[in-house]
Amino acid sequence: MKLAGFGLLFSGWLIMIMALAVLPTHGERVAFVIAGLGVEIIGLVLAVRAHREHVGGQD
Amino acid sequence: MIATLLVTVVPNVPATLDATSALCVVLLCALPLAHAGLAILNTGLGRSRSAAQSLLGSLCVVAVAAIAWFFLGFSIQGYPGGPLHSFAAGSASWDWLANCSPFFRGIQWNDARPASVAAFQIFAVGLAALIPWGSGADRWRLGAGCAAAAVLAALIYPLFGHWVWGDGWLAQLGANFHLGSGFADPGGAGAIHALGGFTALALVWIVGSRRGKFPRQGPPAAIPAHNIVYVLFGCMLAFAGWLAFNTLGAFLFAGIAGPTLMLVPVNTLLCASGAVLAALLVARIRFGKPDASICANGWVAGLVVSSAVAALVSPAAALFSGIVAGATLPLTVEFLELRCGIDDPSGAIAVHGVSGIWGLFALGLLSRLPAGQTVAQLVGIGTLLGLVFPLAYGAYWLLNRVVPFRTDREGERIGMDLHELGAGAYPEFAIHNDEFIPR
Repeated sequence: MKLAGFGLLFSGWLIMIMALAVLPTHGERVAFVIAGLGVEIIGLVLAVRAHREHVGGQD
Repeated sequence: MIATLLVTVVPNVPATLDATSALCVVLLCALPLAHAGLAILNTGLGRSRSAAQSLLGSLCVVAVAAIAWFFLGFSIQGYPGGPLHSFAAGSASWDWLANCSPFFRGIQWNDARPASVAAFQIFAVGLAALIPWGSGADRWRLGAGCAAAAVLAALIYPLFGHWVWGDGWLAQLGANFHLGSGFADPGGAGAIHALGGFTALALVWIVGSRRGKFPRQGPPAAIPAHNIVYVLFGCMLAFAGWLAFNTLGAFLFAGIAGPTLMLVPVNTLLCASGAVLAALLVARIRFGKPDASICANGWVAGLVVSSAVAALVSPAAALFSGIVAGATLPLTVEFLELRCGIDDPSGAIAVHGVSGIWGLFALGLLSRLPAGQTVAQLVGIGTLLGLVFPLAYGAYWLLNRVVPFRTDREGERIGMDLHELGAGAYPEFAIHNDEFIPR
């Protein structure tokens, strides 16, 4: 699950970059930059949850 | 080869310093105060049985980072106006990497701007490398910490540093895509602190928590700072270094000169002051007492935010940014430990990572830079989160296979001082039981 989280983090960044490179208008770029950031946040949450599952038990 | 490297690269040094060079030299000499402050603060926040290893490790990490950046990092990071690799995509040219010769070859030391930028960077990379060192306290081996600092200084830091400070694609967002003035980060809130904070998160996930921190049953154990005087003294020392970082950064990367430069130290102080008082108040309300380590971290969080905003916002906006950083810090620290299971003895992830991100975003919101600045800041934040963090995690994960990060069980039990250095930090230290009897 942590790997999936990192995959989403990187995918979100790619969305941002592609939006800047490909989309023609300012409004579209802004929308996809925010969407990319949203994907990154989902990825971060997933990675944190994956880490949380392995915490504990080190007495 | 060695003879070539040793030959001086300063052919025509003027006999007298001009005012600009003098300012840069004075500020450069004050930069290590930030390193010293952070090192002492991290040592105080750790356990007494690992204090000497922590402080020695800080020295070693700064040294390794400087040498690794000199050997390789500089050729990746470069300087504004230097040679670089770029390619065209869409309607713009994307500058991804510098193309400088390693070992500072090719740099003109009698040209004030590239010389000042290179000198600033070799100090900044040490500060970035110190941030994860504090997070791995009490369990991270010294050799592994140095190896990780080398990776950070040779690969992770210069890559992002070039994009922000070397006229890379993030700095060009304004010119290429009409996003404000491009990603702005004059004092290193992103390039030093958020990068260091995310690297610290990657490290903590790989190295794991301290033994006994998260027991099978019950809440996480509190492992308090061993010397709060170190922690608070470190804050004061770091403040002086931060003034130099922010002022020199504003001069080099925001183009601020003349009397306007005096606003930078004022904003730095306002930011830190707002943050420490807000952290104190929230800690007082949340926990019943204003915990000193939380307040110290609040002060540093304000300094981190000031690295982004001090050069480019009004004093009132700087104070507001600091208050927000300080007010959220105790809650962030609590959230990371209790909800996310993250054992970060120095609080670097909250202080440098989260506050650094807030500072970058606040700069977009509160500065008077051209329209689209907030979006440019979001792209920079997204790059830190979506590329730099996974890169740091991947690099550290691989490095951990070669140089195991974590000490063994015995090392953690007796402390890193005895285990790695053979002697404790306080050999004549004795605990008197009666000092701890409730009165």
